[in-house]
Amino acid sequence: MGRTFRRGGIHPPDNKLSAGEAIKVMPLPETVTVMLSQHIGAPSSPQVAKGDKVLAGQLIASASGFVSANIHSPVSGTVTSIDSVPDAGGTRRPAITIKVEGDEWAEGIDRSSDVRKGCSLTPSQITEKIAAAGIVGMGGATFPTHVKLSVPPGKCAEYLIINGVECEPYLTSDHRVMLERGEELLEGVRILAKALGVKHSYIGIENNKRDAQKHLEGLLAGTTDIQVVPLKVQYPQGGEKQLIDAVVRREVPSGGLPIDVAVVVQNVGTALAVYEAVQKNKPLVERVVTVTGKKLGRPSNLLVRIGTPVSALIEYCGGMPDDTGKIICGGPMMGRAMANPDAPVTKGTSGILLMSGSESLRAPAAACIRCGKCGGACPMGLQPAMLYKLARHKLFERMEAFGAQDCIECGSCSFTCPASLPLLDYIRLGKGEVMKIMRARKA
Amino acid sequence: MDNKLIVSPSPHVHGKLSTRRLMLDVLIALLPAFAVTIFVYGIPALMVTVVSIASCVLFESLIQRFLLKQRPTIGDLSAVLTGALLAFNLPSSIPLWLVVIGALVAIGIGKMSFGGIGRNPFNPALVGRVFLLLSFPVAMTTFPSPTPDAMSGATPLTFAKEALKSGQSVSQLMDGVSYTDMLFGLKAGSLGEIAALALLIGFVYLLCRKVITWHIPVAILATIAVFTGGLYLSDPEHYLSPIYQVLNGGAILGAVYMATDYVTSPMSKKGMIIYGIGIGLITVFIRVWGAYPEGISFAILIMNAVVPLIDKYVRPTKFGAVKPVKQ
Repeated sequence: MGRTFRRGGIHPPDNKLSAGEAIKVMPLPETVTVMLSQHIGAPSSPQVAKGDKVLAGQLIASASGFVSANIHSPVSGTVTSIDSVPDAGGTRRPAITIKVEGDEWAEGIDRSSDVRKGCSLTPSQITEKIAAAGIVGMGGATFPTHVKLSVPPGKCAEYLIINGVECEPYLTSDHRVMLERGEELLEGVRILAKALGVKHSYIGIENNKRDAQKHLEGLLAGTTDIQVVPLKVQYPQGGEKQLIDAVVRREVPSGGLPIDVAVVVQNVGTALAVYEAVQKNKPLVERVVTVTGKKLGRPSNLLVRIGTPVSALIEYCGGMPDDTGKIICGGPMMGRAMANPDAPVTKGTSGILLMSGSESLRAPAAACIRCGKCGGACPMGLQPAMLYKLARHKLFERMEAFGAQDCIECGSCSFTCPASLPLLDYIRLGKGEVMKIMRARKA
Repeated sequence: MDNKLIVSPSPHVHGKLSTRRLMLDVLIALLPAFAVTIFVYGIPALMVTVVSIASCVLFESLIQRFLLKQRPTIGDLSAVLTGALLAFNLPSSIPLWLVVIGALVAIGIGKMSFGGIGRNPFNPALVGRVFLLLSFPVAMTTFPSPTPDAMSGATPLTFAKEALKSGQSVSQLMDGVSYTDMLFGLKAGSLGEIAALALLIGFVYLLCRKVITWHIPVAILATIAVFTGGLYLSDPEHYLSPIYQVLNGGAILGAVYMATDYVTSPMSKKGMIIYGIGIGLITVFIRVWGAYPEGISFAILIMNAVVPLIDKYVRPTKFGAVKPVKQ
């Protein structure tokens, strides 16, 4: 039993290898590299100079604009450079590199494990504190959280939905946070609800995490403000629009945002970060990362400082297997293949997945047999085979009429295609062009 | 080691589904009906099937190798399926050289002339069958009698059409007609059309394996049943009952296995319903008022031609095509 979203969807193999592994604290690396752009929006501007001594939790780069986020030093040490470094994809982007010296924290940060309950701040004070702590959506989208909490005039939020779905195969970091940091998480949810003026919150959790559902329900016994919603396992339920459909049966209009249907969605990891920021004065400097793969020695969930090289995480979990063909930042459905394993963990890194050489290869594409399975799998009700053909013929105007701009790039179509066509590759390409056309029209 | 990393866009995993697997599932679904036809018609039915499949595969590989210079695709089993479906649409007494000609037309004209799998507008097996029906009508409409007392040499639909034409009433001609025989395959007909129940077992398998959805078969059979049911109620002495219409001829074979061919049917669920209703209507028109006793082959081919139009105008409603809620 359980609810789910109503359109499309697929069932990729779960492969949650690290679901039973408690969160371990990853030892500090020798240096950290803090990217200045680890959120959607403008890159942050550095507030330190080469040679400066910094403390963990100290502001080192500030938000430049409303849609941007503050960045804090994840470690104590000396700034060794402010320069461009290759990111996960190999593109050079600005970053602050810090040599780690000890583990000194900035003043006022409560690092104890006591759970502090009750929040006397006003909604706007909460939002300010969240903005100051540099919190962004930690499910992977990395949209600055304070922007999401600033409800535009004329709209209001009726429900807050916490995304505990973790529908990507392999990933287990949110699962572990719900199990091990449940009390703090729920406190974070209450703080978010207060900031939004919302009376009722839901936590959507898929039925492959019964233990998390039971644990949170136990903690919530006797309260009515937060409700755990068990969801039938189906990918991509963690997609914002799908989750809203599954939990409150509302369809976010095409081109719209969740707030258009009076809903705000936040990820489990984000809610925990909000708790730490508001109750413990702790900015976002570390996060839980799942490091996994079928051939990896010890698939784990690690609490990692932002800026730690991915290669250090892999080393800590047993080292890179010999026949590794692909390293994916994120899950196998929507994650990005890394070109540079030394790239650092960022605020949006939910998992690192190692795939063997044979797992990494795609089957050769055959001819489309028009089976329509892509359309059946598409959670947005689009026709991927048609969009694919239009993109191949560069008919971008017609792609707009067929709704390419609504594609959430979940990959269900490519996953399903019996001819192994690279459907999403072409749709993504066409979507980019459609977005350009739409922006040009607006301008 | 760094140089060996593969960087490609998401998704990084693929389901187990392949064209080959889908075709294999349809072949498996055809097995019960095949068993019945071997039981009823014996070795000749087996020979027709073997020759049909072998010729289809051979022609596809020869055409790809020498004419189109394509990568061979016989491994996807689609030619095997075309061969099996062609055989299922032939009488067991047909001379084997005609089967070879049918296979050549099905694969050569019906499929490869358009560029091979995925590009043909018409169902290849039906192109082969209709070619044979129009060119060799006698060989295509002479059926050996499965049982000594059954209506010899004529399919139930031909038998009924002739009887009605000669002025008999339905109740007269229904004497000695057994619905149980129709369900289990003890009647004259093409290899694959005689065993209604066996075909329906295959249908359930296809639904369970999610190879096809219910939309096309149900739309066709429901349209035939409702349309002929209306006629039957208006004049039961002049029109055959809907049960007779659905159980006989190629209705079930056509609805479940021929009309659902992916390449030549619509891609959207709504489109599938429209396509199915169209096939059902045309089938009944031909059966009741046309020159032929059976019309589902023609109906499917005609609706195949309409599929591009259906796909152009009938699209699924996309997510979020709604007005925002009032606040």
